[in-house]
Amino acid sequence: MSDIHTSHDGASHGSYKSYIIGLVLSIVLTLIAFGVVMTGSFSVPVMMVTIVVTAVAQVLVQLILFMHLNTKAEGGWNVISFVFTIGILVMIVVGSLWIMHNIHVNMMLGG
Amino acid sequence: MATDTLSNHDAHAHDGHEHHDASAMKVFGFWIYLMSDLVIFGTLFATFGVLATATAGGPTGKELFELPFVLVETFLLLISSFTFGMAALAQNAGDRGAVLKWLAVTFLLGFGFVAMEVYEFHHLIVEGAGPDRSAFLSAFFTLVGTHGLHVTFGLIWIAIMFIQISKRGLDSVTKPRMLCLSLFWHFLDIVWICVFSFVYLFGAM
Amino acid sequence: MFGKLSLDSIPYHEPIIMVTAAVIGIVGALVVGLVTYYRKWGYLWREWITSIDHKKLGIMYFLVALVMMVRGFADAIMMRTQQAIAAGGAEGYLPPHHYDQIFTAHGVIMIFFVAMPMVIGLMNLVVPLQIGARDVAFPFMNNLSFWLTAAGVVLVNISLVVGEFAKTGWLAYAPLSELQYSPDVGVDYWIWALQISGIGTTLTGINFFVTIMKMRTKGMTLFRMPIFTWTALCANVLIILAFPVLTVTIALLTLDRYLGMNFFTNDMGGSQMMYVNLIWIWGHPEVYILILPAFGVFSEVIATFTKKRLFGYKTMVWATAAITVLSFIVWLHHFFTMGAGANVNAFFGIMTMIIAVPTGVKIFNWLFTMYRGRIQFTSPVLWTIGFIITFTLGGMTGVMLAVPGANFVLHNSLFVIAHFHNVIIGGVVFGMLAGLTYWFPKAFGFTLNEKWGKRSFWCWLVGFYLAFMPLYALSFFGAMRRMQSYEQAEWQPLMIVAWVGAVIIALGIACLVIQLVVSVRDREKNRDLTGDPWDARTLEWATSSPPPKYNFAFLPAVDSIDSFWEMKQQPGGFKRELATKFEDIHMPKNTTEGPIIGVISIVFGFALIWHIWWLVGVSAIGIFATYMFRIFNDDIDYHVHADEVERTEREYHKRLEMQA
Repeated sequence: MSDIHTSHDGASHGSYKSYIIGLVLSIVLTLIAFGVVMTGSFSVPVMMVTIVVTAVAQVLVQLILFMHLNTKAEGGWNVISFVFTIGILVMIVVGSLWIMHNIHVNMMLGG
Repeated sequence: MATDTLSNHDAHAHDGHEHHDASAMKVFGFWIYLMSDLVIFGTLFATFGVLATATAGGPTGKELFELPFVLVETFLLLISSFTFGMAALAQNAGDRGAVLKWLAVTFLLGFGFVAMEVYEFHHLIVEGAGPDRSAFLSAFFTLVGTHGLHVTFGLIWIAIMFIQISKRGLDSVTKPRMLCLSLFWHFLDIVWICVFSFVYLFGAM
Repeated sequence: MFGKLSLDSIPYHEPIIMVTAAVIGIVGALVVGLVTYYRKWGYLWREWITSIDHKKLGIMYFLVALVMMVRGFADAIMMRTQQAIAAGGAEGYLPPHHYDQIFTAHGVIMIFFVAMPMVIGLMNLVVPLQIGARDVAFPFMNNLSFWLTAAGVVLVNISLVVGEFAKTGWLAYAPLSELQYSPDVGVDYWIWALQISGIGTTLTGINFFVTIMKMRTKGMTLFRMPIFTWTALCANVLIILAFPVLTVTIALLTLDRYLGMNFFTNDMGGSQMMYVNLIWIWGHPEVYILILPAFGVFSEVIATFTKKRLFGYKTMVWATAAITVLSFIVWLHHFFTMGAGANVNAFFGIMTMIIAVPTGVKIFNWLFTMYRGRIQFTSPVLWTIGFIITFTLGGMTGVMLAVPGANFVLHNSLFVIAHFHNVIIGGVVFGMLAGLTYWFPKAFGFTLNEKWGKRSFWCWLVGFYLAFMPLYALSFFGAMRRMQSYEQAEWQPLMIVAWVGAVIIALGIACLVIQLVVSVRDREKNRDLTGDPWDARTLEWATSSPPPKYNFAFLPAVDSIDSFWEMKQQPGGFKRELATKFEDIHMPKNTTEGPIIGVISIVFGFALIWHIWWLVGVSAIGIFATYMFRIFNDDIDYHVHADEVERTEREYHKRLEMQA
């Protein structure tokens, strides 16, 4: 996007346009996520999928349009370190949930 | 040839690059700090996920969470992310007055958020749904409270930047600090997006 | 006014503790007296305490580690003595509550305040030099990290005299560490010592990661970095991603203890097993934080003393990277018996076996480097060979433990103790002592005495096998870990053998001390005038020993792996020529804020431990105010004048010429 350029101090800056698009997108996505739950007219799977999708989209909006994360600055190490961290976090979170669920089932702790 | 690169003038990094390097390094270092902070929140989310059903006969999320209230909190924070963006644009344009103005607006929005959260916590504790009531509530208060604590630190930081920029303007010291602060502020938005999605909305389903 | 603290908190009735305290007091007073007598306080303050020089911080980390090693080892030999006599109904000389504190303190001290400071100290000393940098990315933060670590050390040592230390084992498993079962301040000492030093460690991780990523000299691509720097990089990635998990876990336990929350309690939905799960998410990467830099040391040592390029540089790098990632998906093998079931256990068992593969790759790389090399059997090489054999054994017992079925038999037995001492002594300790011997001349300008170094090695090696092989055997008879006494008189002979082993290790430590004393005495004979005493391969040897504070007058350019070695191999050899014109060098200034924050952190931790709330507030404000002073302070750097650089370089060249 030509709106986003990388400056000499290693970070890139946006423009009014990118910030306004970001704001509008995040408000819309937030309303969708709250909407599906608050109207109470959707099934649980639909609500869950919607919430997850809008959350991921919102995070991307913040990262790309507000934080200007891109693969050009810092030789891409910003993005690589972020993706790596997320990967490790997925292992930690999914692993913990999996382990603790199994323990609860096997040890008959309810929950 | 390379026989004597150790005393070779050409190999020397020239001073002119030093400021830009130092500033970029600070921002990169701060980004890496944010990665470790991300792990802090990730671990708290994992804990919350494991303990979310451990209500010990106490109130559940469905009974406690008031979504309209959370929606207002969310908007305060989302809009503050945008106003900080305006401050960043003003900084690029070198407009000190506008930077200070947008910082002040961001501060007020952030303050509003923290105030709402303090009210919510107080309300819950008075109702007997304090952090000691159940493992679920311990995890809830800790996760949301850690985010709130971060926002509070962000507010202190904004106040400090306000003083520094009004004292010395936008220079090689304040500029990288503003860049770090903007990353921090948007980062807190990202965490909040996960909080309202996976704590409040999932809990209220 | 003083919270839970009163004069009764000091254990007057414990002769062992009181004698220890008296000895520490006398030695401390002696040190203070000597420093005052020789009027060295100003020197200490200017040259060491406030220093942001990574080389000096490295030396200080190592000094702390060596002192704490003596303390941790004293705990070890007390435990071995107790187990050697408390057989068949005998009670020994340590009552259970004291024995429990000792094994907890031993583990905590050895991991957090010996192994970690050694690893971080070596990184400080070596990494910036190896990548051809003048300092680290954030010099103030580097000083602060050290003083936060030191604050943790001080808190652990205060617990010896004021109050008590945790009686929970080194990881303070809940619910034993909860208020209900550990109402005393012991666990609180554990919490705050680790929390404060842990923050220091996280900052170090960020600092060195950025240093390595951003400050490499011209031409040093990632795949031209020395292996030690590679292993340091991976260890720092692990620190950045794993230590926050420790921070959270300890913080949640703190909330349970201080605010009555229910994360890991027995009631109100708390899950003790979540504590075990969380602490090992940090705990397993932690052991790789320790061992990876040790692997790096062995790689440097073996390449230098066989005069060959390391065999399989790239496989070494990829093996290190693979371990870095895999170390995050094996943590459950520490609690196979907790009941997660067959599927979960199978997954983590298999992952654990897989992580042994890249480690095996490394072993072969070292062996092939030695193969047909011209090996010089210096003491660093002896440590390395001792490591290869010992660590391979320890690795294999690790794979045995990784089999869930076997683990159900071996869990919590002395087998586990024998296994992890097998890899930590054989790996980390041998590695750090090899690194100490190898880089000592770089830090101080003279080499260590070889005779005493080799004596130390043989004592450690023999002592290790005598102390820990009996434990493997005992575990098959059913001996568990952390026993204050035991009924089975027939275990006693092997326990006595283990005690003898510990005594021989004590001799090894004594040899180290003698080695230091003898080397300092003979320092003029063993001066390293060239800066390259081993005819080594990497950039740290391209500057003088000790290096000037700016490391390199001109930042070197690099075009290969082992670039310094390549320079020396060119026709006509390598000559350091004196430059004709020097330039000013931009350097950071010393900091007073780092040590001040460190000292206030001690007060802060102490106040929290004893619930002295007003002091918590005061010290928190103190830390904040000191930090603000730093933020608003512009006077943080200066230029070393070209004349001074020229003078320093001329002196070095004079020494070089004398040598030639």
